[in-house]
Amino acid sequence: MTPLAQLIEAALFAANRPITLEELQTLEPESSMADVRTALDELREHYDFDGHAVEVVELAGGYQVLTRRAFAEAIERAQIAVRTPKLTAAGMETLAVIAYRQPVGRAEIEEIRGVSAGGVLRSLQERGLIEVVGRSEGAGRPLLYGTTPLLLELLGLRDLAELPRAEEFSVALHTHKPEASDSAEAAASVPAES
Amino acid sequence: MTTPQAPTTALGAEPAFVVKLDAFSGPLDLLLHLLREEQIDIADIPIARIADQFLAAIHHLGLNQAADYLEMAGRLVRLKAQMLLPRREGEEGWEDPRHELVRRLLEYQLVREVAAWLERATERRADQYPRGYLPPPPELPPPPLTLDLLELMKAVEKVISEIPSPVLHRVVPRPLDTEGATRRLEEMLAEREEFTWLEALGPRPTIVDVLSTLLALLELAKRGRVKLAQPEAFATFVIRRETPAAEEPSSPAVEAPTGAELSPETALPEPADDAPRPAD
Repeated sequence: MTPLAQLIEAALFAANRPITLEELQTLEPESSMADVRTALDELREHYDFDGHAVEVVELAGGYQVLTRRAFAEAIERAQIAVRTPKLTAAGMETLAVIAYRQPVGRAEIEEIRGVSAGGVLRSLQERGLIEVVGRSEGAGRPLLYGTTPLLLELLGLRDLAELPRAEEFSVALHTHKPEASDSAEAAASVPAES
Repeated sequence: MTTPQAPTTALGAEPAFVVKLDAFSGPLDLLLHLLREEQIDIADIPIARIADQFLAAIHHLGLNQAADYLEMAGRLVRLKAQMLLPRREGEEGWEDPRHELVRRLLEYQLVREVAAWLERATERRADQYPRGYLPPPPELPPPPLTLDLLELMKAVEKVISEIPSPVLHRVVPRPLDTEGATRRLEEMLAEREEFTWLEALGPRPTIVDVLSTLLALLELAKRGRVKLAQPEAFATFVIRRETPAAEEPSSPAVEAPTGAELSPETALPEPADDAPRPAD
């Protein structure tokens, strides 16, 4: 491996979070962004073709070295590492609304889910998955919520654009008589990108 | 599209209850479940039947305190009434009162699909581990305690029973033996003209010995019987036999070379007290 690839390997090993290209570039001030990308590719190939158990994963706007999926079960069985605890259904639904509608206020989340959202919002905030991104201009200037990079880490996404577009979901309750609910369908389509 | 329903959770400032049944995450979820169960076409919901089933379900589930479910129940009952209103065949401009409900159900269904996708993504991601141990993120706060009086009292009894009985210390009076120390010092003074503080304490002194000896020495110095001097800072101090000023006024001031002189000034004005005592 080239020295830069080695340096990047060391940095990714030392970090416990995704490291951005910009951060990697500061490792070696002489190097260009293109050098860093080349070195990353080199490291990735090194891991992929030399039978390594870890791989370079692009995640939440950065790069992280993670174990390969194939080993998850054995690692968990031996209790070597703790699997990230699951979110509740309410938490997931709330995240879904926020991810697609952000910035979004509590009232809108509650309207869509049909239940009060205070407790869920609080715990999502405590886990660092959402944050207050501003205030609405509406009455009472309610807080508006948005997602954080930590959510991308949780989901294993590079960025929010990787979320599927709303149209890609088949809504299971689609009627057998589509002509009867044209307007309903139109109303139900959620803007895919914020 | 404007949402005709203002946020309906004014009552829901705090969670009224925690839905124990994981199956339902809200009234819309329950409603979808009922529709699916009956294989009902969402475009033509038999509102009367569904409203009755919904009411039966929340009664059955014991959810009757939940504002969110009650709000939906109220909405269904109102819809049911609206559907019963007479209308002319093919009337223009008639809007199906179920429209809004259908819109919400479809929207919620979409949210469910997205949530399922997010969950799958999370699971996939959780299959890969970063280096080293990451402390698990903080647990969701526990649901509010639901206790009745009996349970509370049982808990209190349990706590009380675990309190250890108080440990009582027996306090033994250990008065300072200043008189004994004075006697001992006087005996030493009778034998030697000068000795150090450590010698005055003797081997293995207890804290009582130390304090008694110190007080006795100060008292002797006050009476002008001894002179206390410290040759240098932090050195052990020296105790020197002193003849009361009345008998031998010549020597006192010459003693302490550098260190602080511990002999209290008050010792000098009162030699009269000690004059009768024989110098040992």
